[in-house]
Amino acid sequence: MMADTGSEEIAVIGNTDLTPSELENNIKNTMVEKGATLLKRMEINVAEAEKRTGKNAVSMQETYTVYLIETRAVDPSSEGANPAPPDSLWRRYSEFELLRNYLLVTYSFVVVPPLPEKRAEFVWHKLSADNMDPDFVERRRVGLENFLLRVASHPVLSNDKIFYSFLTQEQGWKEVVFETGFQAKSDSRLKALNATFRVKNPDKRFAEMKHYGDELQSVISQLLRVRARVADRLYGVYKVHGNYGRVFSEWSAIEREMGDGLQSAGHHMDAYAASVDDILEEEEHYADQLKEYLFYTEALRAVCRKHELCQFELEMAAQDLTSKKQQREELATGTVRTFSLKGMTSKLFGQETPEQREAKIKTLESQIEEGEEMVKDKNAESEEFVKNAWVDIERFREQKDRDLKEALISYAIMQISMCKKGIQVWSNAKECFSKM
Amino acid sequence: MMSGTVVDSGSPTAAVPDELSGQILDEDEDFEVFCKDSTFTDGGSLNASMQTSPGSMVNQYKFEEEEEQPDTKDIFVTVDNPESHVTAIETFITYRVLTKTTRSEFDSSEYEVRRRYQDFFWLKSKLEEAHPTLIVHPLPEKFVMKGMVERFNNDFIETRKRALHKFLNRIAEHPILSCSEDFKIFLTAQAWELASHKKQGPGLLSRMGDTVRAVAASVRGVRNRPEEFNAIQDYVESFSQKMTSLDKITQRIIREKKEYLEELRECGPTYTLWSGSEEELVEPLKQMAGCLDRCCRETEEQVQQLGNNLLPILHEYVLCTETLKAVLRRRDNIQAEFEAKNEALATKRTDTEAMKEEIDKLEDKLEFANNTLKGDWGRWKKSMRADLRAAFINTAEKNVEHYEKCLAVWESFLLSQRTEANEGDDGDRDDS
Repeated sequence: MMADTGSEEIAVIGNTDLTPSELENNIKNTMVEKGATLLKRMEINVAEAEKRTGKNAVSMQETYTVYLIETRAVDPSSEGANPAPPDSLWRRYSEFELLRNYLLVTYSFVVVPPLPEKRAEFVWHKLSADNMDPDFVERRRVGLENFLLRVASHPVLSNDKIFYSFLTQEQGWKEVVFETGFQAKSDSRLKALNATFRVKNPDKRFAEMKHYGDELQSVISQLLRVRARVADRLYGVYKVHGNYGRVFSEWSAIEREMGDGLQSAGHHMDAYAASVDDILEEEEHYADQLKEYLFYTEALRAVCRKHELCQFELEMAAQDLTSKKQQREELATGTVRTFSLKGMTSKLFGQETPEQREAKIKTLESQIEEGEEMVKDKNAESEEFVKNAWVDIERFREQKDRDLKEALISYAIMQISMCKKGIQVWSNAKECFSKM
Repeated sequence: MMSGTVVDSGSPTAAVPDELSGQILDEDEDFEVFCKDSTFTDGGSLNASMQTSPGSMVNQYKFEEEEEQPDTKDIFVTVDNPESHVTAIETFITYRVLTKTTRSEFDSSEYEVRRRYQDFFWLKSKLEEAHPTLIVHPLPEKFVMKGMVERFNNDFIETRKRALHKFLNRIAEHPILSCSEDFKIFLTAQAWELASHKKQGPGLLSRMGDTVRAVAASVRGVRNRPEEFNAIQDYVESFSQKMTSLDKITQRIIREKKEYLEELRECGPTYTLWSGSEEELVEPLKQMAGCLDRCCRETEEQVQQLGNNLLPILHEYVLCTETLKAVLRRRDNIQAEFEAKNEALATKRTDTEAMKEEIDKLEDKLEFANNTLKGDWGRWKKSMRADLRAAFINTAEKNVEHYEKCLAVWESFLLSQRTEANEGDDGDRDDS
């Protein structure tokens, strides 16, 4: 299943309830591909967030946030006419997590899009790390929408029924998910770790990808940490200028000729100090874009680990088959070439009867037959996995290059905007100073 | 040298008595230039033969503020070339003081001497002694209390040099102070000449007498300070607070910017590190790193500008307020002395004639002090306004420049990244 990477248009999300800045956010955050995907047929957005209180699993009161998912069928024939009102339902973060876990297990060859962070990390001190903080909730809303859009535009994931009912079926969705029994299919961490250490011949490309995932995670984490510290400091620089405003104002009270110039200059200093809040809010979007790819590295590594597991199981099956074949040979020829417990015990307790040996050989033969089937299956599985996974990894790589390049560009645009504001404020201040 | 009786106010060509010999009333220039400063330091030299009325005195020492023309500047002083001297007992810095002048009191038109801080300090003391109610521009501080600032660190020397340059230039621009004999000697004398001149002047006892009188007067306090000086006093108080605040704020901004710079410096290298893992993104990431490094350099320069331009001037004016307070105090003391004698007269029975004479002298002294202060106050306010205006304008300009340079950096980044696909994301987002 090749992903359609031909057109690179931005999917426009048409909810007029969004403020211009939110609309901008969405466009900035979601570089999705248009293809034979759900997104072509349906508009999706996470319109609102609301606080709810209720009793949790252990009957304790808790406060949580729910998000309103709106969907509307895209009908090209009704272009221009009033769009039908959207269908909507409320979901909380844990349901998004459940959906994602389902996708991870069910489509283990896909680099599954990440969710926005559960708790605020890499914050600079003025930004709240509180999950209930309205700014955090808002950014999370955008992140959840981004997640849905990415899934809806994925060539494989967008066709999933569970995903579709997540968007459309308010009641009973959880039960449907559990009924798929996906949890049983998920690989234990221990199993995966074991495979990683013991696999002998993983596909080199996956090993490289995993390594790349590690590097990317490390460098983006570092970048986010540095950025947070820089934001902190920048905030300080701007805010101190507010003191100029206050003192100029006080000073102007004792001056005759200088008073007016000082007073108005003071206002510009206040404006300068205040402007940093918007600047840093915009920068937060850039940080969010980086964070998405930080979390993507985990998904990337998961695919690589899955390959290692597949490969390991194939190797184990092959090894098992080989050893069984060897045992048969030994029994057939009566030579003990390799050390085996059976060999030892037969030496200790005497040879078996020909009938016993026949029975054993027969068992082995059927086991070998099963084993050969197993190896064939595992081999096919592994090949299929490698093929599909690599397709998705390539798709992911192209998406990442595009998105991150866009992110860098939008960062530059932000810096330009910040510089322009600075030029304006200080030019105005200079005018006022000239009147001193 | 003119002699004769002093005529009434209004006449620009007033003749002056012998005691005021050495004063030149220049008819051609709009302001009167007085040299020979030492005659008015204490009441003793204002003797009864002076037929002046207080009114006429006012005009003689009036400063025509509006009519100072820059092209009438006839003395140029520069301070540069700091050099370190090491002796057995101490290490100190001397500065070269270069003077170019067309004034006739100077034998030559060019002088070059070397002076150290304590020479400047001596000059300031002499000027304040001779003109207790004139405002002498402050010297840079003798000691710097800031943590571990090394006395002979380059920045410190540079800053001090500039402040000393300003100090001398302010004196050179001052109509009265620039005529001071001590000033002339400071600018022209060789080291040994200066040393010997320093040893002259009123003896220890006489100076002590002055001090005692001043202390006594200040303890007594002034009874009826004229309203205008109260206003000046109040202004100086507030102004002092404002300058101190601005000084502190500016220091804080510099500190914050330096810390910001430190963090920012880590960004470029991180992007470069990242580029090592990428293929398609190598170029954009490397360029990003380049942009951030350039912005760092610009910020570094900006911080330096702030420290070299705005901060020293604010600091100067903090020191100015100390000078102003001292001048006001000295004026008060003169008034207090006069009032004290006046009161004493009321209770005296005998010897009233001699006392009345003394009181008259003190009254004249007070009047003179008040007028010089008023005049110099106007002058000071004018130059304060010009100084601070220029400093803030300069700061604003430098900030605009800084942002313009950073803007160019990011715009060039955008240009290099632009492909057809990104045309729609044009950076024309002017924030309203």
